[in-house]
Amino acid sequence: MLLEVKNLNAGYRSNNKIVKAVKNVSFIVEEDDFLGIAGESGCGKSTLLFSILKLLKKPGEIFGGEIIYKGENILKMDKEELRKKRWVEFSLVTQSAMNALNPVFKVKDQIMDVIFEHSNYSKSEAIGMVEKVLHMVGIQKERMNSYPHQLSGGMKQRVAIAMALIFSPSLVVMDEPTTSLDVVVQRSIMEQIDEIRRENRFSIIFVTHDISLLFELSKRIAIMYAGEIVEIGPTKAVYSHPLHPYTEGLINSFPRLTATSKEYRGIPGRIPDLSKEIEGCPFKERCPYRKDLCDKKPEFKEITSGRWVACHFPR
Amino acid sequence: MSFSPVISFDNITKKFSVRKGVKTQYVHALRNIYLDVFPKEIISIVGESGSGKTTLLRVLSRIYLEDNGSIKFKGEIIPKKFKKNKELKFRQEIQMIFQDPFSSLNPVKRVYQILKRPLELHKFEQVNQRIRDVLEEVELTPVENFINKYPHELSGGQRQRVVIARAIVTKPSVILADEPTSMLDVSIRAGIMKLMLKIRDDLDTTIIHVTHDLAAARYISDRIAVMYAGMIMEEGTADEVVLDPLHPYTKLLRKAAPDPDKVTSEKLGNTGEVPDLINPPKGCPFEPRCQFAMERCKNWLPPYFQVDNRKVRCFLYEKPPTNTEF
Repeated sequence: MLLEVKNLNAGYRSNNKIVKAVKNVSFIVEEDDFLGIAGESGCGKSTLLFSILKLLKKPGEIFGGEIIYKGENILKMDKEELRKKRWVEFSLVTQSAMNALNPVFKVKDQIMDVIFEHSNYSKSEAIGMVEKVLHMVGIQKERMNSYPHQLSGGMKQRVAIAMALIFSPSLVVMDEPTTSLDVVVQRSIMEQIDEIRRENRFSIIFVTHDISLLFELSKRIAIMYAGEIVEIGPTKAVYSHPLHPYTEGLINSFPRLTATSKEYRGIPGRIPDLSKEIEGCPFKERCPYRKDLCDKKPEFKEITSGRWVACHFPR
Repeated sequence: MSFSPVISFDNITKKFSVRKGVKTQYVHALRNIYLDVFPKEIISIVGESGSGKTTLLRVLSRIYLEDNGSIKFKGEIIPKKFKKNKELKFRQEIQMIFQDPFSSLNPVKRVYQILKRPLELHKFEQVNQRIRDVLEEVELTPVENFINKYPHELSGGQRQRVVIARAIVTKPSVILADEPTSMLDVSIRAGIMKLMLKIRDDLDTTIIHVTHDLAAARYISDRIAVMYAGMIMEEGTADEVVLDPLHPYTKLLRKAAPDPDKVTSEKLGNTGEVPDLINPPKGCPFEPRCQFAMERCKNWLPPYFQVDNRKVRCFLYEKPPTNTEF
């Protein structure tokens, strides 16, 4: 087991109001895993991601829980311990990573900055590493002398991914890394990420609202709703036989590209206000199968091997 | 189709000037656009960012003016400069739905005022009844719950419904929808899509829908036109274009689109980059990335070739299609 999240609670505090964006979330990430976290805006997926790496900034706050990475609790580590682990053990690629590149430094200098900060490699060794990692993400080595503005959006995002991979970390966390890119570029970057992951056998936690992309590419998928994980399981199984009514609703919410059946429904209603206490199942207001028992909170439990769901009446 | 088009683009070209130091350069946003749009159809313009799909809508809605060519609306050329009363009539007939419902509604006006203003401008009578009718049409019912709300009191999906209500309140014959669902959450997109289909059926409106989502385009439209680097590369019925794409670019787009039902795991590989629109390639704009590129693709812009009911801008289809593979 690479990472275990136990009963994580996190959220935002403002003017005596507490917004619980992540509620009692527990899941594990194995080695060589590709876990996709899917959910709509405001479901807490980014808060969860930033909590995992202890990167949540004020007014964000972790209220409780444990995050065990290779046997150590990340939440208990101090700044210096975390600094040593970041980039080397786990790294982050964000949606705006391509804009996070410093415009006045060459690509190679920015990647080398990371290398020198975390190791004692010589300059020539570092340049070798930069060449290798850029090659891995499909950028010609001559491009390492470019400034960010000389690269296209897709290439900048590739550089950001290269930077996250420079020390071959065991865990790479990605927050909508391809959302701002065009479909063709998105597909080619995703293919490359998956290929590198298979070769180097690291794990990815991938968050996006592009649910059809996630269903196609991830190995396991977690569905978030109103701050909770309502279902988690192997992607193929979840897609062909969703257990939670929300998962079922989501799958029917995107039009099929090729399938002949054109079932396309959407989910009526809107997500609950996270600053208020929710009684019972958070999805009950929008659930077509609601029963009386749904006023009681369903337990998040394993139904069959590897498939967890929080519903009294799994489909 | 036997009846005459409601809108027809005839060789439309649009350039934007960009200053680079002392030199003025031109971005070729639209090049040689020919497109007929028929009454009561939903046509989707599909393309990546920078392909000119939004520019096409804006030229039609007179936000921009074309440099060359002409656009006909109901058989008459749309003038570059309108006479006052003609412009009013034109704007009543062609309405827009924008991408972002959070910024396309005035935050200090109530729903009632948002819908009343176009009716006043276009001198409609029985304003209150008309407002209630459109709110019912866009399924914001009971009307009393919505009519006095401010935009911030509504959810994203409800706001987009108000935007749609504002677009149909003047009884237009054509609606231009620029990525109407891309800012919304997945679970409410279906509702908006279905609403657009319902409006077409109830009100006999023609809808020109711009999107980058091939699956959504297939769901909603009768026909699809695929744009690349300012040109329409392929045009045909929605199912044909998506399920059996002809143009190499459409094929690439189809392979790249997310599809959880995909059975093969064919890799895209290196697909190259979109051409620079300041110095577009002399020949086919897709030639540098095209795996089927031939010598003449470099130097000659392919015209439209007819393949059954479809039009394809690609030399591969120059001869009548036979059973042999290209």
